[in-house]
Amino acid sequence: MLNIKKLHKSYPIGDSSLHVLKGIDLTVEDGEMVAIMGSSGSGKSTLLNIIGMLDEADEGEYILDGVPIKNLTEKKAAIYRNKFLGFIFQSFNLINYKNALDNVALPLYYQGMKRQERQELALFHLGKVGLEPWAHHLPNELSGGQKQRVAIARALAANPKLLLADEPTGALDTKTSHEIMDFIQHLNDEGKTILIVTHEEDIAQMCKRIVRLKDGLIMEDEKVEQVRASQYVG
Amino acid sequence: MLDRGLWREIFQSINMNRTRSLLSGFTVAFAILLFTILFGIANGLNNTFAEAFSDDANNSIFIQSGTTTKANKGFQAGRQIQFKNKDFDYIKEEYGDNVQYITSRLHLNVDAIFRNEKSTYPVRAVHPDHQFLENTIIKDGRYINQLDIENKTKVVVIGRLVEQDLFLKTTALGKYISLNGLQYKIVGVFRDDGGDNEERIIYMPISTAQRVYGNNDYIDQINLTYNPEMNYNKAIAFSNNLTKDLKDRFDVASSDQRAIRVRNLANESKTVNQMTFGLGVIIIVIGFGTLIAGIVGVSNIMIFIVKERTKEIGIRKALGASPKSIISLILLEAILITAIAGWIGLLIGMGVLEFIGPSLEDYFIKDPSVSTTLVIAATLTLIVAGGIAGYLPAKKASQIKPIVALRDD
Repeated sequence: MLNIKKLHKSYPIGDSSLHVLKGIDLTVEDGEMVAIMGSSGSGKSTLLNIIGMLDEADEGEYILDGVPIKNLTEKKAAIYRNKFLGFIFQSFNLINYKNALDNVALPLYYQGMKRQERQELALFHLGKVGLEPWAHHLPNELSGGQKQRVAIARALAANPKLLLADEPTGALDTKTSHEIMDFIQHLNDEGKTILIVTHEEDIAQMCKRIVRLKDGLIMEDEKVEQVRASQYVG
Repeated sequence: MLDRGLWREIFQSINMNRTRSLLSGFTVAFAILLFTILFGIANGLNNTFAEAFSDDANNSIFIQSGTTTKANKGFQAGRQIQFKNKDFDYIKEEYGDNVQYITSRLHLNVDAIFRNEKSTYPVRAVHPDHQFLENTIIKDGRYINQLDIENKTKVVVIGRLVEQDLFLKTTALGKYISLNGLQYKIVGVFRDDGGDNEERIIYMPISTAQRVYGNNDYIDQINLTYNPEMNYNKAIAFSNNLTKDLKDRFDVASSDQRAIRVRNLANESKTVNQMTFGLGVIIIVIGFGTLIAGIVGVSNIMIFIVKERTKEIGIRKALGASPKSIISLILLEAILITAIAGWIGLLIGMGVLEFIGPSLEDYFIKDPSVSTTLVIAATLTLIVAGGIAGYLPAKKASQIKPIVALRDD
């Protein structure tokens, strides 16, 4: 699914530059659920951005589903993002003047799908996260957990190969966090490949594999016994 | 680029961000409102000028006589110079090639009576050419003709307001009017754009007036227009020659400014033309100035809007929006807002002109308005301006990096 070799990335800071990723090697197979952990500044978000084609590596190889990701034009990156990737962000990043349904339908709009079709599909995905009755509500009328569920439905709408979540529970309380993780685990059970960036140990333990980053290098890469979130959900 | 989905996105964005849309629209509408009003007022000033000088043909030369101020050739100062028919004939003979129209004029004041209505009017006794010199427009009947001159017929052509005053609501044509006790047949009624006073005048053949009121061949004034093919310098030379010639003819000192006065409108029309040109330049400067201010305004708003929407654009890009689709989104929204707001500003401006226009006539602003062509041109300019103003910010928006836009702060 995902193959990364000797990935380097630096950011210029004034005259000098900050070497954030110092040669990352990472392989993720289909159906895996991987947590990328590390303290702030460890390079975990940068890695996720590069995997998400929101940023480009300086050096190294990145192959996603057999397609080498290199020297992308903006247009090509847009197409790949739309086709391969679904994003879940800490701050949800819903468009605040669009209702839940329109937010979920947006990636489908960029796929060129007809309005009728994408509305139906968006409604189906909203139903999957249990928010069908909220389809016509604006984001500011929803709770944090509901917003994140809308965001998950949006990430799933385009049927991406890889789901990228950047601190998906960072803005949520413990109970809601567990609900969201329960969702994500179910998605993984259905076969979706998922990458989660987090700094919370208990969230990481809910994945099947934990990759620990420190100072731009992988310190540890271990498979773990998955803790099911459903046991906390009452 | 113009699919329905995109328009739906744009309308949703405008509709859901009404304050933002209204504010940016207001700036544009205000700029265009100012543009329309200033342009209209400048046009009004222009109209006033055009009208003030359209009454008389602007290649006119007026020749009047007075008393001498200097002794010359044995004559004492203070001698009255009197033009006669033979002077008129002399100019006609001598300068025939350079003269387009020529007429003598005799001024009288008469008491005019028709039935119970009575009033006093100035009479101008003239030659037929006078019609073209004064830009008199015949409303009913005809003007004085050559036959009237030869036969000294007792006919008159009266102004529209004379007809209104004396004949109330009936027509005057063909009826007889009493002037100082003598009956004259009305053969014509005229209009004149030179104002009310020019329409409270009675014209009669010069020969008739000379016989009836003095039985002489005196003339008060000779008016002529020079050949319009003459340029400014030639026209001035012509009137200078004419002046010198007439002064010699009446033994007037060449430095005497009062005995024979020749006024050449070429002098004045040159000033007027310069003024009109100056006004035109001002109009263009105002127009461009306001439009540029408008474009800068739209540009600023677009930059602000792009900044405000940075996060949204980042989200859209993360979800697979191409740079082109981002440009279309921002640009078309800008154009749409500009076009609609500009159009509204234009309508309000035209409404204001329509509303205050009549009350501005006291300030030398007549009929301030903007033409349909200008309206269309301004609307198109606006749409183009909205496009130009929106393009750079839109381009910038399309280059926003999603990670920068989505960074949590």
